[in-house]
Amino acid sequence: MTADQGETPAETTGAVDLTEDAKVEAADIPPAVVAQSLSQYLRAWWLQIRSGNSGVLPVVLAIVIVAVVFEIITPEHAFLRPSNLVFIFGLSTVYMILAIAETAVLLLAEVDLSVGAVALIGGVITFKLVQNPGADWPWWAAILAALAICGAIGAVQGALTAVVRIPSFVVTLAGFLLFSGILIILIGGADASVNLNTNDPNQNIIYELVQGLISPVASWIILAVAVVAYGVAVWLRMASRRRQGLVAPPPALTAIKIALVAIVGVAVVVICNYNRGSALKSVQGVPWVIPIVLVVLGVWTLVLGRTRFGRYMYAIGGNPEAARRAGVSVPGIRIWSFAACSATAALGGILLGSFFFGEYSTNTADPGQLVLYSIAAAVIGGVSLFGGRGKAIHGILGGLLIGGIAYGVSLLSLGSLSTPLEYILPGAVLLIAVLIDVLSRRGTGSARV
Amino acid sequence: MTADPGETPTGTAGAGPAGATATDLTLDAKVAAADVPPELAAQSLSQYFRASWLQVRRGNSGVLPVVLGIVIVAIAFQIANPKFLSAQNLVNLFEQSTIYMLLAIAEIFALLLGEIDLSVGLVMGLGSVVVAELVQPTGANWPWWAAIIATLLACAAVGAIQGSMVARLKMPSFIVTLGGLLILEGVAIIVLGGSLVGIGNSQYHNELVLYDIFWGSFSPLVGWILMIVVVALAGTTLWLRDARKRRHGLEAPPRSLTAMKIALMAVSGVVVVAICNVNRAHFGTIEGVPYILLIVLVVLVLCTILLQRTRFGRYVYAIGGNPEAARRAGVSLPSIRTWCFVLAAFISGIAGVLFASWQVSLTTNIIKASNSYVLLAVAAAVIGGTSLFGGRGKTIHGVLGGLVIGGIYNGLYLLGVSSQWIDVVVAGVLLAAALVDVLSRRGAQGQA
Amino acid sequence: MTETNESPKGETPTGDGEPLLKLRGIDKHFGPVQALYGVDLDLPAGQVTGLCGDNGAGKSVLTRTIAGVHQPDAGQIYWEGRPVRIHSTRDASALGIETVYQDLALADNLDIVQNMFLGREKLSHGLLDEDSMEKTAAETLSTLRVTTVRSIRQPVASLSGGQRQSVAVAKAVMWNSKLVLLDEPTAALGVVQTRSVLDLIKRLRDRGLAVMVISHNLNDVFEVADRIAVLYLGRMVTQGPVADYDRQNVVEYMTTGTAGGRPFETTAAASGEG
Repeated sequence: MTADQGETPAETTGAVDLTEDAKVEAADIPPAVVAQSLSQYLRAWWLQIRSGNSGVLPVVLAIVIVAVVFEIITPEHAFLRPSNLVFIFGLSTVYMILAIAETAVLLLAEVDLSVGAVALIGGVITFKLVQNPGADWPWWAAILAALAICGAIGAVQGALTAVVRIPSFVVTLAGFLLFSGILIILIGGADASVNLNTNDPNQNIIYELVQGLISPVASWIILAVAVVAYGVAVWLRMASRRRQGLVAPPPALTAIKIALVAIVGVAVVVICNYNRGSALKSVQGVPWVIPIVLVVLGVWTLVLGRTRFGRYMYAIGGNPEAARRAGVSVPGIRIWSFAACSATAALGGILLGSFFFGEYSTNTADPGQLVLYSIAAAVIGGVSLFGGRGKAIHGILGGLLIGGIAYGVSLLSLGSLSTPLEYILPGAVLLIAVLIDVLSRRGTGSARV
Repeated sequence: MTADPGETPTGTAGAGPAGATATDLTLDAKVAAADVPPELAAQSLSQYFRASWLQVRRGNSGVLPVVLGIVIVAIAFQIANPKFLSAQNLVNLFEQSTIYMLLAIAEIFALLLGEIDLSVGLVMGLGSVVVAELVQPTGANWPWWAAIIATLLACAAVGAIQGSMVARLKMPSFIVTLGGLLILEGVAIIVLGGSLVGIGNSQYHNELVLYDIFWGSFSPLVGWILMIVVVALAGTTLWLRDARKRRHGLEAPPRSLTAMKIALMAVSGVVVVAICNVNRAHFGTIEGVPYILLIVLVVLVLCTILLQRTRFGRYVYAIGGNPEAARRAGVSLPSIRTWCFVLAAFISGIAGVLFASWQVSLTTNIIKASNSYVLLAVAAAVIGGTSLFGGRGKTIHGVLGGLVIGGIYNGLYLLGVSSQWIDVVVAGVLLAAALVDVLSRRGAQGQA
Repeated sequence: MTETNESPKGETPTGDGEPLLKLRGIDKHFGPVQALYGVDLDLPAGQVTGLCGDNGAGKSVLTRTIAGVHQPDAGQIYWEGRPVRIHSTRDASALGIETVYQDLALADNLDIVQNMFLGREKLSHGLLDEDSMEKTAAETLSTLRVTTVRSIRQPVASLSGGQRQSVAVAKAVMWNSKLVLLDEPTAALGVVQTRSVLDLIKRLRDRGLAVMVISHNLNDVFEVADRIAVLYLGRMVTQGPVADYDRQNVVEYMTTGTAGGRPFETTAAASGEG
């Protein structure tokens, strides 16, 4: 089991003779699993990419390319200006969260077309509950209520899919229609809006979710604490696994991973601490929404990777019959996944409202466009439409890409071209990303008939 | 075999569950009785009705649910508003349903393969913008027929591109048409040039013709003549075909059944023309069979012939039922698949021409709104009886389902219900239709 | 044609007494179709029983009944001498019955450890205890001498047919099972891989497990089996020590329900029911 890459293991007496099997795609094994040193890892990783299993490389490359291209073509090369970058972070968070929500369902090889409408419903519910005069709920209660209600909506859709066996496409299509209509009714009509009054401290908190900033000093402290905590946790775990003789990546790799996280964190804080205002009124600091998104990322990564629930989601996506025979309650997991998707989407909707300066009207967002972008973000990020493959980080990366494109296009002052490009570019990127994925899988026989 | 594909009974569509080994054929003899289409088994009219009823009870209800749905909708709305079933409103209803019907038919071509085409709404939107721009006197100033042909070809080209990506590059249709619709939305906005385009100016002949396509109608006399011709043609074809089968000793429906079908056609033809010939204008005179009725009828007939009576159609159903089997039988999967997407886009293009004619002026917002039509197209197809899993469905499903959707919109609008609530109702109807579909398939297979 | 339901005569050669699993008079029908008629079966520990029968004879139904997927409509199941009811696959697992299905029931996107523990993951502090699961899985694989898998953390999709079969079998064995049911284990394998799976089956037997192997392939059956049982159209037409049979009469039993025109008598050495 510790054989070096490329060497066939020696036969031992009495061993199950599987000599043929050693020739099976060395490239299908995640490099982290077989490598014993950094150089082995890199070699294995390159081999994996060449055989088509490129992981997050395409989306990361795409982000880099988009950044470079937009930087060049934006008037005054303003794309990478800190103020714009922070704006992109803010806008992307919505797509990130919606992409993660959609991932929950995509992993099961299902789809949720209502995720945009439900997100907006969640946002409107929260906004309405904190209205003063009105229901005047505390902000945290309003948020929890929205999450619970949308979770229930998701559970109903999940039940219709899992128990009644109506295809998820149809159920969530109906949900999309239903909640798009209810959304307008809740807002109060096609021309009405629900606004946050920032003078009311309770409502202001919700407003501050995206618009509010953490002071620069506090940002550094939080970053330091977070990176150290993450680094220590990861390092100790890997060390413990190595000590027990279990499969573990080479230490150099772990070190690089931690360093990468630290670098990204530092970059983000530096960009955000740049004074985007003026000398008179400085605007600095990390928006609250960034740690919020990181928490969502952390929770979902934990759920998907380290809990039974997450494990069963992957199993159902990979082979529902195997899961069923192993005793997994397949309908139960499906219902909970849809519920989790809708609840997470609600969070995205709340952030969306905050992003749009605390105003919810029928112009805030188009539920149809939201769901298109969510699915595009998830798929571009690396989540498979066929189920069984995907992680929370994919949604983060895909969401960042979509947000960057959407905002970058609007910066280009192309006049009449900017609106159409906002549609064309994500569409084109989606097609290219999936094309790469499909072409790469051609050789491996997992393509369809 | 004269069983119509699209009504294929149990077990043919979709593969068995994972782990199923050799098909246990000892079971089949007891199960099959209700699965044979009644037309084939029946020797007399009464046998036919009994067999049909048995089939319905086993879950193979065909178009019965949607027809029942139409009847229920009609009765319900008529009670709520006596004007619902008036001649004027019925024609109005049909006009509103046209787009749904055509888009549903377009979508069915994709659904039969077990795929989905999310871009039909935007292909329609793009088509509408292109045809409108091409006839602009201050712009391209093309003759109307050239504009229409160019538009249809352009839409077909879009379908070819999407179809190739699905069929040859093996990309999932969901994604290809998702990306496609995004790109088309952008392109449509570019073609629109940021403002609006209209075809309402009756000074220009080309615009006038385009306008007339949706809003114009045959004179009453021509309407009657057309109806007689159509019914005569259809009736004779049906009679001769069934007679030939009987003569050759093939399985054929009883004479009385054929006669009944022809009579039904004639009666409905008369009713339709009579309704259309009633003057439906508030001022002046608007009467006669609308052109669009003939257009939809032609599309319906051609597509039905294509799907039921040609090799191509047979292969479409085969791929939807069992792609691997079709491939081994020598069917060219990429070719058939691509052509289905071409057809879907082509028919969406026809819908686009009608859409431009209907809306008279097109803006960016209208283009964006055309996206919502795909949901209604899928809903109409499912409500009409097409299966989302492929291998089951007919063109007539799109027409009937489109009528249901149009009827709901029309009826609720007459009752003064706001459009948001209408969406809620349509969602409910879609769920109910899907439920019926699922339950009926469960009943037919005995066990989920 | 006449068919007889042989009264069971097979007995554990070591004379331990009760077979580990005993089925008596098992009926099973699905709607109007009867799949099993009064089936008797003995599965002694430390022996491999080969279950043979043509397509549609009821082998899979019988296996699934033992595994808890189906419940018998009549008859009794005895486990270690006691009558039991097996209502679900969990009940079966609790007794110590593990099944390896023909399609292996492995999730391609999960790795070997995750598949082996699917449905029965170990937790620590509410989260998955990956470390202990990995250790246990590694031990099991090495006990079964499955050593040519590169890494226990590689996704099952990247394994060959023989390796997957080994993983499926190891999964069955890991849970202190006493009876392992294998449905067509070699059906999709090549010559070399078949060999290794058959060796694996023998190793299970040597550990004292009872093993039942469903197979079409009489070569494989005669290689590993200590006992043979033949189903014909839902009836158990014969069972007994493998020495009492040869390929020809087994085929006759499978296709006609009898051999040599008359019911086949097992060797008189077999005593009656204990």
